[in-house]
Amino acid sequence: MGEAIVFYGLSAFILGFAVLVISTRNTVHSVLFLVASFLFVAMLYVLLGAEFLAVIQVLVYAGGIVVLYLFVVMLVNLKRAPETHQDPRRQTRLGVAVAGAVLAEFLAIIVYSSTNPSAPAVLAAGEVIEGGNVEQVGWLLYTNYLIPFELASILLLVAMVGAIVLAQREL
Amino acid sequence: MLEITPSHYMVLSAALFMIGVIGVMVRRNIIIIFMSIELMLNAVNVNLAAFSQQWQHVTGQVFAIFVIAVAAAEAAVGLGIILAFYRNKETVNIDEMNVMRW
Repeated sequence: MGEAIVFYGLSAFILGFAVLVISTRNTVHSVLFLVASFLFVAMLYVLLGAEFLAVIQVLVYAGGIVVLYLFVVMLVNLKRAPETHQDPRRQTRLGVAVAGAVLAEFLAIIVYSSTNPSAPAVLAAGEVIEGGNVEQVGWLLYTNYLIPFELASILLLVAMVGAIVLAQREL
Repeated sequence: MLEITPSHYMVLSAALFMIGVIGVMVRRNIIIIFMSIELMLNAVNVNLAAFSQQWQHVTGQVFAIFVIAVAAAEAAVGLGIILAFYRNKETVNIDEMNVMRW
């Protein structure tokens, strides 16, 4: 019951903010809605018992990638005056309503997760990894998936060099 | 309805993915199109995490971390390309991006 309430609330927020991302005229607002959508996806990961993935989502997506987007949106100057609405209090009321809904969602998640501790993971052939979610993910990353992990780091290095070269004044 | 199964997560993931596809199809601003691609990658990650929970196995979460790493690399290079293009052509509208078209 509690899980259903949390899941449907989170789904509504994720899909609603995703629709706002692709429907808003102002690009900066679109990026901010994207942050909100990513944060709610991170909460969905907590609901699924993937705490490490939730932290990575907040750090890399909401913290890193979105800042990159904001920088690009501000660098490419889109020469459009921000439209003003007739009723200036309307956005305040809307903001308060959305903030209240988000707070209720947080409380629901806290209540649900405090009553349902996550179960330990079981590897193939009955092998059980002890410890929390971070230890399990780290164990798999450095044993079974060591080569893909190193390839991902090389990919990130290449992307970093490529981005620096592309952003140079004289291409 | 009240018991949340992996099908629920798959429906959510499919809806999120479709929103991303619609964004790529409809919008003409290349920055919005990039954000729609990020939404689609997020939908895939939701699926991976849901199956990871269903099978009680963290491999799905490891895959999701790889997807996030690739998304970060894609965003860095893609936004670099957008910046370089904007410096030359003064536009982010994909209808005007036709210098590579023969």
